[in-house]
Amino acid sequence: MTQNRLHIRGGQLIDPANQLDAQQDLYIADGKVLAIGQAPDGFQPDQTIDASGRMVIPGLVDLCARTGEPGNLSKANIASETLAAVSAGVTTMVCPPDTDPVIDSTAVAELIHSRSAQAGLARVLTIGALTQGLEGERLASIHSLKAIGCLAFSNADRAIVSSEVLRRAMEYAVSCDVPVFLRAEDYWLGRGCMHEGAISTRLGLPGIPSTAETIALSRDLLLAEQTGVRLHFCRLSTAAAVEMIADAQQRGLPVSADVSLQNLHLTEMDVDFLQPDTHLRPPLRTQRDRQALRKGVADGVIGSICSDHKPLDLDAKTAPFSDTEPGASSIESLLPLIIKLAAGDSVSLQQALAAVTCNPSRTLGLDLGQLSPGASADICIFDANDDRLLQRRDLLSQGKNSPYLDWSVSTRVSHTLMNGRIVYQAQPE
Amino acid sequence: MTDKQLQLDPQGRLKHFLSIEGLNRKLLVDILDNAEQFVGVGERTVKKVPLLRGKTIVNLFFEPSTRTRTTFELAATRLSADILSIDIEKSATRKGETLLDTLRNLEAMHSDMFVVRHSNSGAAHLIAANVAPHISVINAGDGRHAHPSQAMLDVFTIRRHKQDFYKLKVAIVGDVMHSRVARSEIHALNTLGVQELRVIGPKTLIPTGIEDMGVHVYHDLQEGLRDVDVVITLRLQHERMEGPLLPSASEYFKLYGLTEKKLSVAKDDAIVMHPGPINRGVEIDSEVADGKRSVILQQVSHGIAIRMAVMSMTMSTLAGQQ
Repeated sequence: MTQNRLHIRGGQLIDPANQLDAQQDLYIADGKVLAIGQAPDGFQPDQTIDASGRMVIPGLVDLCARTGEPGNLSKANIASETLAAVSAGVTTMVCPPDTDPVIDSTAVAELIHSRSAQAGLARVLTIGALTQGLEGERLASIHSLKAIGCLAFSNADRAIVSSEVLRRAMEYAVSCDVPVFLRAEDYWLGRGCMHEGAISTRLGLPGIPSTAETIALSRDLLLAEQTGVRLHFCRLSTAAAVEMIADAQQRGLPVSADVSLQNLHLTEMDVDFLQPDTHLRPPLRTQRDRQALRKGVADGVIGSICSDHKPLDLDAKTAPFSDTEPGASSIESLLPLIIKLAAGDSVSLQQALAAVTCNPSRTLGLDLGQLSPGASADICIFDANDDRLLQRRDLLSQGKNSPYLDWSVSTRVSHTLMNGRIVYQAQPE
Repeated sequence: MTDKQLQLDPQGRLKHFLSIEGLNRKLLVDILDNAEQFVGVGERTVKKVPLLRGKTIVNLFFEPSTRTRTTFELAATRLSADILSIDIEKSATRKGETLLDTLRNLEAMHSDMFVVRHSNSGAAHLIAANVAPHISVINAGDGRHAHPSQAMLDVFTIRRHKQDFYKLKVAIVGDVMHSRVARSEIHALNTLGVQELRVIGPKTLIPTGIEDMGVHVYHDLQEGLRDVDVVITLRLQHERMEGPLLPSASEYFKLYGLTEKKLSVAKDDAIVMHPGPINRGVEIDSEVADGKRSVILQQVSHGIAIRMAVMSMTMSTLAGQQ
């Protein structure tokens, strides 16, 4: 039986979109937020959730979260990963087009949409491929993909080598009125497996210099200026890139950016032969870069924080470091580590939460990630004082490749709602 | 897990030999002292000692090698161990699953030691972290990362000629970027406390941040060779002689090839080393390679003694645990 009318009582409501941080009740009807504070006249809840002593926030919007489906690198699939997502308060996952096969046909996008609807847990939104097969040569059918729901277009982690193709792709995106998502990385300089510096030299691992990012970023920004495309940069990794984006924004270019959770919490110092979970794209960089990325979030230059979730099987991570598949299983660490970030002095709680709720939603042109009356009732209720260690056995994702095992965190989600429906409820201990 | 935790047992004894990094000076000196007693074995009529009798050693080569493999085979034979050499095409082990499967199979044959060479950095560490506890892993070269037995035989050769490391200036010349030998030598020479360590080469072959390993970088050969006691030249792979790193072998030789003339700024009694195989006329002139300063052939025979020392040390550590 579906519960249409819900009363969430006594929680600390934090809604960055409305600058709200107060103990208030929340009323939900027909999948939407109905009211905050006072109950509407005659409101009779079908169910009441006691949230006293807990935080109530909008469901998280994760701008980069892979489910492993379709694909063959992992046992993970849409059912397993959307469950992992809602268990951690994420109600919207944005799937980049580097599935296998890639999202360059409506069939693949439809498969993802229908499987996620079937699973009925988190919403899985798709980013379409900018070029066919992500090969950087021919345009993908952007208009058709948009028509069945792809919200933005990207070449995922594959660099578009030809500036001519990129220019035309941007122009075509302008005609279709869709934003372009790019991860800035020069193909030729980006062929290593970790940040190029003293540590890659000591380990004898091929490095990726910071210029791999800044060279591509310069080109992409210049082409954005020329074509007028709405451009979003995915997963910045360098201090210099943050400065360049800030400059572009000051000049009034419609440019936004996100950063991966990993680049906000880890550095090249964490890379070790026996820690293949630190093999990531973009690579983990220096402490100075990490500091600048955090400051970029605090200053609003970097609007969003994504988990960059990529569930992988043990096989993909059991090889000499450079032969391992890059990527981390991180969606279940997003909320705990956002809260941990806000506990430090670089980013406030409102900023940190905005970066995983209303900001990424705005980048997609949606009005998710907020508790305004009339908004989708996507809600996460969590305990912020549950000190625990992140443990492998607690991961619901089929990918156990987490770089955060044994990290101490203090949050635990008790309820997750999507469209006003309880899609996750923690088992009492 | 750090190199130290993986390589040493709780008493600080060598269990695996993966990297010089994380080994202290005393342990390095122990290896050198141990090797001294094995130098004479090859000169006897019966070239064997019974230290590893009944042990099975598997040479596991994922990357082709003739010399290193042969010296490990000889070292094992002289210690009276049984040795089996397996060449594994890298293509057959694309997936880590297969690499570990290979290990499981070899473990099932009751091997006692794996000598591993692999073209990827960290391969020996991965294997050491996954083998059964009674097996010792010796790194015979992993990617660009480490070649610890080569470094030890080099410092062994230096010690035989120069005794005290404390006063020495050492220069490593050539393709440091791709060299696991250079990285291990840098760790070994700095741990043993040389006075000054230099690397010399074009900027294209000197990796970013190498100064952090405790070396001075020179791009000019003459400047870098001034007053040095030891010159170690590195091999330049054929595929790197022409392309984005270097214009040609002949220009490389002109700038960085070791000749008697260029060596004249080094100390009069400076020795010249090379890990082999030599590209004559590319990184070193024949006159130097075959000349009175060259200790290149001694390096080869010392390689056997060093490998005997390391193999017997790790086996004795494991025997002590059982």
